[in-house]
Amino acid sequence: MKTDFILSAAKAVQRTILANENTLESLDRAIGDGDHYINMKRGANAIVDMQAELAMLSPSEAINKIGLKLLSTIGGASGPLLASFFMAMAKVLETQAREDNALKENGDESALKVATAFAAGVQAIIQRGKADIGEKTMLDVLIPVSNQFILLAAQNCDVKQICTMLTQTAEQGMLATKDLIATKGRAAGLGERAIGHIDPGAKSCQLMIEAVCKLAMDA
Amino acid sequence: MKKFINNIDDVLVESLSGFAAAHADLVTLHLDPHFITRKNKAVNKVAIISGGGSGHEPLHSGYIGFGMLDAACPGHVFTSPTPDQMLMAAESVHADKGILFIVKNYAGDVMNFEMAAEMLPFESATVITSYDCAVINSTYTNGRRGVAGTVIVEKCVGSLAETGANLQACKTLGDKVNSRTASIGVALTSCTVPAAGRPTFDIDDSELEMGVGIHGEPGRRREVMREADAIVRDCVDAILSDLKPADNSEALLIINGFGATPLMELYLLYNSAAKLLSEHGIQISRSLVGNYITALDMAGASITLCLLDEEIKQHWDSPVHTAALRAGR
Repeated sequence: MKTDFILSAAKAVQRTILANENTLESLDRAIGDGDHYINMKRGANAIVDMQAELAMLSPSEAINKIGLKLLSTIGGASGPLLASFFMAMAKVLETQAREDNALKENGDESALKVATAFAAGVQAIIQRGKADIGEKTMLDVLIPVSNQFILLAAQNCDVKQICTMLTQTAEQGMLATKDLIATKGRAAGLGERAIGHIDPGAKSCQLMIEAVCKLAMDA
Repeated sequence: MKKFINNIDDVLVESLSGFAAAHADLVTLHLDPHFITRKNKAVNKVAIISGGGSGHEPLHSGYIGFGMLDAACPGHVFTSPTPDQMLMAAESVHADKGILFIVKNYAGDVMNFEMAAEMLPFESATVITSYDCAVINSTYTNGRRGVAGTVIVEKCVGSLAETGANLQACKTLGDKVNSRTASIGVALTSCTVPAAGRPTFDIDDSELEMGVGIHGEPGRRREVMREADAIVRDCVDAILSDLKPADNSEALLIINGFGATPLMELYLLYNSAAKLLSEHGIQISRSLVGNYITALDMAGASITLCLLDEEIKQHWDSPVHTAALRAGR
């Protein structure tokens, strides 16, 4: 993963968040407190605003910087969760780069490396949020996507196959939150009243994954 | 939406600036990152820091001053503050005896304060306030939410810290107050987050939301609007079945307005709740009625009961000098 791609991905994420204002707002008004869109927009804008600074950095440094920026920008639960994701992902990317360097390899672009870093990020969200799959949160999208990403990358699938499958899996995970009772997050007080509503955090994750996958496929 | 606003994006900073200017004898405002500290830094005491989303004024900044908080970190409206704010606030008020964070039990607040505590170069402890008995089934939740009882925790822990007590003693008292407090809120209308521009939830004139949270997040259930005594009876039942007080227990009763309910109605609720509680054998020996933890412009109120013992009573009664609470000083 190159820094250029990270910058394009940040812009793609910003575009999809801004384009889905109504969806994200109405989902969060139904089972949350209505601020999810505002917070995600603030985070996405802050990252795009610092692209000149990010462009100077290595991929792992850029990802870490994105995590720190989100931590001080978003607030709420999304802030520390997304920040934990990027900071953990950056650590793995940095280790991979160091190992590549030691082996004098030329930063081989393997999907498995990205998948491994992504999985570390998802693991960090699980730990920070003390949540798991089936609790009507962003993890209902992230865990299946992460597991499938590792699997497909290990099977040497090409980028197009991987991205097509991950986009579908993200969509399924997001839709599945509709029938769940929330046991974590702001909607947890609702009990059965949360059934019938898609989780806003799962929706924004699905949108971001879709946008980044599309970018990777078009590249 | 009809609100006093210049620019949506400036609401928070303009409001904080007004607060700091109005109470310049008590507080100092720091911007980017935002935090508010006592005007005169305390020495050789546990520094008490709280914080949370804005929109709950006077919580938390209104409780900065002698006998309560050393600093507060305001987040965006209904959004947790971020770790950089807590770190800078801690740096500014640390007085050699560690930092005690008082955090309402919302996932965002808990996680942001947790990350701050991990990064902090000082000793710290955290009291998580969670006595909202509206969140009934704890297997389905992160536990109860923190609402109006947070004021009692901040008052008692703040008082103890002024005596030079150590970090662990402050945490222990905070946890004790929390365990002896129960609270439940009722909303008659929604609130409107300025940046969202429209009500957070729809509620009919004939309905009320029982067990509402302080961000307008739904609670136990949507119910039919009825007379005040009947609403209070349901709230008191929920509180008593949660606290299970012994006969003749002495208690503090708080009727807290959510922002758009007049004091006249809050006192009406107090009248109703106090009568009912005395019928249940509770002696109300301390009281507080007013807007102490609000939810922007929501109409509604919360009823909070704290079972007193000598220690809690002593710290509730001790002198305090803050923008929102002042007694004996």
